[in-house]
Amino acid sequence: MQLVCPAGNLPALQAAVAAGADAVYVGLRDETNARAFPGLNFSDAELHQGIAHAHARGRKVYLALNTYPDSARLKQWHAAVDKAAVLGCDAIIAAELAVLDYASRTHPAMARHLSVQGSATTAPALRYMHERFGISRAVLPRVLSIQQVERLCETSPVPLEVFAFGSLCIMVEGRCQLSSYVTGASPNRHGVCSPAKYVRWDEHDDGRRSVRLNDVLIDKFEPSEPAGYPTVCKGRFDVRGETFHALEEPTSLNTLELLPRLAKAGVAALKIEGRQRGVAYVTAVTRTWRDALDRYRAAPDAWTTQPAWQSALTRHAEGHQTTLGPYHRRWH
Amino acid sequence: MKLSLGPLQYFWPRERTLAFYREAAQWPVDVIYLGETVCSKRRELATRDWIALAAELAQSGKQVVLSSLALIEAESELGVVKRLVAEGNGWIEANDLSAVQLCRERGVPFVAGPTLNVYNHRALQLLMDDGLRRWVPGVEQGHMLIRELRDAMLAEGGTMPELEVIAFGRLPLSFSARCFTARALDVPKDQCGFRCIDYPDGLPLATREGKPFLRINGIQIQGEEVTDLGPELPMLRELGVDVLRLYPQAEGMAEVVAHFHLARRSPQPPPRIGVRNGYWFGEPGMQAAT
Repeated sequence: MQLVCPAGNLPALQAAVAAGADAVYVGLRDETNARAFPGLNFSDAELHQGIAHAHARGRKVYLALNTYPDSARLKQWHAAVDKAAVLGCDAIIAAELAVLDYASRTHPAMARHLSVQGSATTAPALRYMHERFGISRAVLPRVLSIQQVERLCETSPVPLEVFAFGSLCIMVEGRCQLSSYVTGASPNRHGVCSPAKYVRWDEHDDGRRSVRLNDVLIDKFEPSEPAGYPTVCKGRFDVRGETFHALEEPTSLNTLELLPRLAKAGVAALKIEGRQRGVAYVTAVTRTWRDALDRYRAAPDAWTTQPAWQSALTRHAEGHQTTLGPYHRRWH
Repeated sequence: MKLSLGPLQYFWPRERTLAFYREAAQWPVDVIYLGETVCSKRRELATRDWIALAAELAQSGKQVVLSSLALIEAESELGVVKRLVAEGNGWIEANDLSAVQLCRERGVPFVAGPTLNVYNHRALQLLMDDGLRRWVPGVEQGHMLIRELRDAMLAEGGTMPELEVIAFGRLPLSFSARCFTARALDVPKDQCGFRCIDYPDGLPLATREGKPFLRINGIQIQGEEVTDLGPELPMLRELGVDVLRLYPQAEGMAEVVAHFHLARRSPQPPPRIGVRNGYWFGEPGMQAAT
C-alpha cells in the first residue's frame, strides 16, 4: 500500500518525503482546494521546487483541485489543471465533473484521482467517474465500515485510497453545508470550513470561555477544559434538555489496527489527513505509518500494532483522542 | 410555474404517510417526489409500496418522481435504487452518483437532486448528456449563482433543463454515516428502534443559550428555520424557475400548498409564511434578516 501524506508548505513536503511518504498531496494558494487557509499552500515556484525535490527521491506529488467552481470561476480551475500538467504533477485529485472532464480532455496523460469530496461510495458511482472521466483512483468518503470497504475493493473499477489517520469529518465530504449555513463560507465552494475570521472567543470573569462562530454559540468551556477549534460539528448543544457533543467529539481517526485488513482487501493507498498541520505532525505521523507499513510488508503474519506507534499518533490527534470512526459499526 | 412536493424527509408511520399522499393527490401540486432519501432502515413503506404508491398517484394526473437515498453505503441500499430505476416506470430523482450511473446505464431520465453538487453549466451539460431533465440546485446556491450558470449555458449555445428550487421547508444541510437521532437517544444505530418516528418534524437542537439552531433527522442535519421563497416569486419568475419545491412538514401542508398555488397565479408576491432564506441572497443560509 502506498502512503500518501499531506503538506501545507514546502518544509512539510520535504519532511513528508524524508519521513517516508510515497506520495505527497498539496494545494495551490487559492480556493481551488479544500484547505484554502491563510498562510497555507504553495506558490507556483514552491510547487515547482517541491515536485523537483520529490521526484529526485522517487516520490510523487498530487495536486488537490477538489473544490466546486461555479460557472464564473471555472476558468480558474482550468488554469490550475493546466498548471499541474505543466509543472509535472503526478496526478490531480479532483471532485467536480467539469474539472475532471477538462483534465481528461486537455491533459489525458496526467492521472486523475477522484477526491473524497466527490462523495462516491458505491461501485456504480465509481464506474460513472471511471467511464466518464477515466479516473485511475478514488479516495473513499469516511463513511463506510471496514466490511463495506472490503466489498467495494472487489467491485470498484479503479484502485481505492482510504483515510488512515487525521481529523475526522463527521459528515459525508462534499455534502456538508453547516459552515456555509452559519458563516456563508463553504467547504465546497471556497475550500474552507468555519474560517477563523468568524470565530470569537470570550473570556469571562470566572475564567470560563465561550466560543462563537458568526455569533452562534458553539461551546462554553470550564477553566480546566481543553478547548478545540469551533466547527459546528464538534460543538456542544442542547437536545432534549441535555447538553453534549450532539454531532461529534473533537477526536481523530486512527485506523492503524486495521492495517492488515486494508492491505488484504487490496486497498491501494492510505491517506493521512492534515495539510493544515505543521512539520512536527507530518514528520511524526508519516514516520509512524512508514514504520508500520514496512514491518507489515516484511512479515505480514507477525504484524501487530505497537504501543509506541499508537502513543505517537495519539499525541498528534485532535483532542488527543482517536477513534476507528466509521470503519467500526459501533461508531455509527 | 409548477408546484412540487419534495420527498418526505422525516419518518412517519405508514398510515400517516399514506393518508398524507391520499390528501396530496387532491392538492394543486403538479409533481410529487416519493421515496426514502435519508435512511434505508426506515421501512414503514417498503420499496414496493413506494413504487405502488407512485403508480397510484400517477393516475391522479401528477408527475411522480421516485427519489433515491442521498448516501448509499450497503449493497442492499444500492439494490433499492436499482429497483426504483428498473421498476419505477418514470423519472428518478438522483441524489447521488450511483443513481446517475444506474439511470444512465438504463436510459432512464432523471432529476438532479439538491445533494448532487452541480455548481456550473459544464457539469450540468455533462449530466444532461447522461439523461438529466430537471435540476434542483444545492441549498447553498442562490439567485446570483443560478443566473451566472444560466447565462454561461446560453452563451455557449446550450439550453437549460427545467429548473426547480426549494421554495418552502427546512433546508437539508448535511449527511453522515452516523445517526444523530440514535446518538441523542443514546442507542446504537444498529438497534435504533426506529425512534425518529417519534419526531415527525425532526429533533430540535439548540445552542447552549437556548437559541433554536438545527434539526436532527436521523443521519441528516437540517436548518431549524422553515425557509420560504414566496416573496421572491417575481425574482424566481425572471430567473426562469419552472418548479417550486415544497418540502412536506408534519402539519399544515394543505394550507402551504394553497398559499403557493394562489401566489403562482397572482401578480403580487405573497406575504412570507416562513423565514427568509439567506442563501438565496448570497448570504449565510441562516441569515434571516438583511
